[in-house]
Amino acid sequence: MLPRSQIWLLAVLGAAAVMSAVSGRLNPYWLDVAMGVGINIILAVSLNLINGFTGQFSLGHAGFMAVGAYTSAMVTTVLGSRLGLSPVLLRWGLFPVSLVAGGLLAGLAGLAVGAPSLRLKGDYLAIVTLGFGEIIKVILQNLNAVGGARGLSGIPSYTNLFWTFTVAAVTVYVVWGLLNSTYGRGFLAVADDEVAAEAMGLNTTRYKINAFVVGSFFAGAAGGLYAHLKGYISPTGFDFNKSIEIVVMVILGGMGRHLGVIVAAILLTVVQEPLRKLGDWRMILYALLLIGLMLTRPQGLFVWPLKRRNA
Amino acid sequence: MLELRDLTVRYGAITALHGVSLRVAAGSIVTLIGGNGAGKTTTLRTVSGMVKPASGQVLFEGEEIGGIPTHRLVARGLAHCPEGRMVFANLTVRENLQMGAYLQRDKGVIRREEEYVFALFPRLKEREAQPAGTLSGGEQQMLAIGRALMSQPRFLLLDEPSLGIAPLLVKLIFEKIVELNRQRNLTILLVEQNANLALEVSNHGYVLETGRIQLSGEAAGLRADPRVRDAYLGG
Repeated sequence: MLPRSQIWLLAVLGAAAVMSAVSGRLNPYWLDVAMGVGINIILAVSLNLINGFTGQFSLGHAGFMAVGAYTSAMVTTVLGSRLGLSPVLLRWGLFPVSLVAGGLLAGLAGLAVGAPSLRLKGDYLAIVTLGFGEIIKVILQNLNAVGGARGLSGIPSYTNLFWTFTVAAVTVYVVWGLLNSTYGRGFLAVADDEVAAEAMGLNTTRYKINAFVVGSFFAGAAGGLYAHLKGYISPTGFDFNKSIEIVVMVILGGMGRHLGVIVAAILLTVVQEPLRKLGDWRMILYALLLIGLMLTRPQGLFVWPLKRRNA
Repeated sequence: MLELRDLTVRYGAITALHGVSLRVAAGSIVTLIGGNGAGKTTTLRTVSGMVKPASGQVLFEGEEIGGIPTHRLVARGLAHCPEGRMVFANLTVRENLQMGAYLQRDKGVIRREEEYVFALFPRLKEREAQPAGTLSGGEQQMLAIGRALMSQPRFLLLDEPSLGIAPLLVKLIFEKIVELNRQRNLTILLVEQNANLALEVSNHGYVLETGRIQLSGEAAGLRADPRVRDAYLGG
């Protein structure tokens, strides 16, 4: 691991802390957008590990996000009121714990979906993950303990700039570090050619499951941040459209590119704001964008030649 | 070193191999020839654990290995160089080689093997920092072979090394195959469409037709056999 990457990590954490300290003076609207950007970076970068670097195709990322969002929200609302902690401890102690819990449960869900289905390839895997996302949504809709179709409200707004960008920086750091290690090169090998990777002595199934579990973990943590940002979550917020939104970020940024995907996540989140009044029509714009992109720049918008990794 | 006993392999309802038996003696080069769809690649894939046999035995150094996953067999000294030059296109030449030494933890050994491969194929050394996808067909084949060597195998499964490669490079690659066999005492099971060339470098040969062994014998004998000449050597 390059020490330089650790310096970057610390720099981002420091900046997040400073920004967070002065956030009271910032325009609350743009603060909200900034945190949305951070959450989408986490989602896109974690999906990029699965779809981009490992060459799988998951359409269920919103499902894992939902698992994390609900888990984390239950931890802070149910546990938070019973433990009788001070507000400071709640935000700086229980909240990160709830994010990790959400991540772990989402990772577990990733394992549960991944283990039986990752023998499938391409379209088949995409269909299974799509099915998984829908199952999660339907389960949540029918689970009265978490509000069913009405959703879960009254979630304390613990998410701030610091936590959002801390998790985002950790996600980027972990995915980047993973891929630039000897072990991590295996992910790229699996994406390039599974048969050859297997013939080299790689356990390709385990690689794919690892990618799924790590990717789902961070999607779960992002879900936790989202829940504590909006204060209200409902199953429909984690539907197929949300998964597609994340997939578009990854494709737009260039599958298997580090920086491009981050740029795409930022851009698409910010662009959403002026488009908000279009409502669901926004999805048509997304679809058109995707088609246009595939026709003109299938390698992604923000791609420089031969610069796949910053290695 | 390798023995297949009455091996039957099915893909769903289709039977690809009907009771194939063959032997590869340690230190030899054995060629499997046959037309498209005869079951050559299936035989190799079964040996390296990518396909599970329906019945019959795969014995490697006297031990049954049928159904053991590929990644475990690599650790036992068996390497598979798959058909169609499956290099990792987005990794550099050097990274491809390093992937080949995936199970090797000793950096010194990796470096030594890398030097060996570069000495064997100097062309790869020139292109070491280039993504493998930018290499020519012949260079990719060299890389695929070199990568398979990185796991320090004692037994190499080589699938169609001449496929779609310039004739000059085919000759070079076959010379290197013989060199590997002689110098490193590497036992090789070769699958090849270019029967003439393959039999020339082999000790022994088997002719596979629609999943059955039709003929076998000394390589020189097979080359002279009129049935082989008519069907595979172009008269």
